Amino acid sequence: MSGFFVNAALISLLTLIALLAIRLHRLFAVVMLSGAFSLVAATLFVVLDAVDVAFTEAAVGAGISTILALATLSLVPANEKPHDFAFVPAFLAFATAAMLAVAVADLPAFGDVNAPIHNHVAPDYLQGSAEDIAIPNVVTSVLASYRGFDTLGETVVVFTAAIAVLLVLGGWTRRKQDGEDDNAR
Amino acid sequence: MQDDAVIRVIAKVMIPAVMLFALYVQFHGDYGPGGGFQAGVIFAAAFVLNAMIFGLNRGRHVWPARLNLLAICAGVLLYGLTGIASMLLGANYLDYDVLGATPQSGQHIGILLVEFGVGLTVASVMVALFFTFAGRLTHIRLMAKMQVHEEADQRKSKRQSESKKKRAHK
Repeated sequence: MSGFFVNAALISLLTLIALLAIRLHRLFAVVMLSGAFSLVAATLFVVLDAVDVAFTEAAVGAGISTILALATLSLVPANEKPHDFAFVPAFLAFATAAMLAVAVADLPAFGDVNAPIHNHVAPDYLQGSAEDIAIPNVVTSVLASYRGFDTLGETVVVFTAAIAVLLVLGGWTRRKQDGEDDNAR
Repeated sequence: MQDDAVIRVIAKVMIPAVMLFALYVQFHGDYGPGGGFQAGVIFAAAFVLNAMIFGLNRGRHVWPARLNLLAICAGVLLYGLTGIASMLLGANYLDYDVLGATPQSGQHIGILLVEFGVGLTVASVMVALFFTFAGRLTHIRLMAKMQVHEEADQRKSKRQSESKKKRAHK
């Protein structure tokens, strides 16, 4: 029962933060709220016993993302431009939310042992990890060993994204040359 | 922010602690929550904090651009080469069993290498992204300054050509 109250409090806090972020027009406050949203989401993951995911959410969502957003904020105006209520995006957002809500009703109950996710490869991993890999954290053994290909793919995605951003924004090797040119003048 | 003594002192105390915690998360990932992704982000946070407090130039000085690009690539390469190493030792790609004396120790070595590769890439990517975004501001200011100079030059040359024309007219 106490679990229910904790979940209800956290989810209503998430909703409140999201609504506030939509309402506010000061971008600094919105960035801070998105950090707070990630932190509350991380707490929710801890309640769900997913400490590794919570750790990632807190470090990436609340930490680095906020800092990157702040760094971007120094390049753009401090306030959002006033605009009319956007009907089409609002309709699309509500339609997607309605479809998701309908889909949630079809999901197996939380922690259901007969759910497909618990009957595919997960039992093999959970039972085999102690013998095959012999490390206590099953998440790490799944991530780095059983699912090594996936993690390689993720790392390559991070690599590719970074290379793309560096190409688009010019990188700093090039800028340093610009600066040197400027000093030479 | 550079002039505030409290922030500077706190940052100097915090930065080594943050880096040490990142290394703990990196190499303790087998036993507790954490791993390459989280450790990389935390490690990068130390450098971002350093750059925020002590200025972008000093931040770039401790983590130079060239080293950063190398580190981004080296992480992915370390991951891929671990897979190649297990292939050369006669197993499937990314099958770590053959890397050590026993399958378990092999798995341990493989996971450690792979996670280190992930951490290296993630940390350097995060630092690169922050430096790039923060560097845009100086870049934009520089471009604006150059534009002002160019416009002034153009006006000057225009005036000169006009006065030449006038003289020629006379």
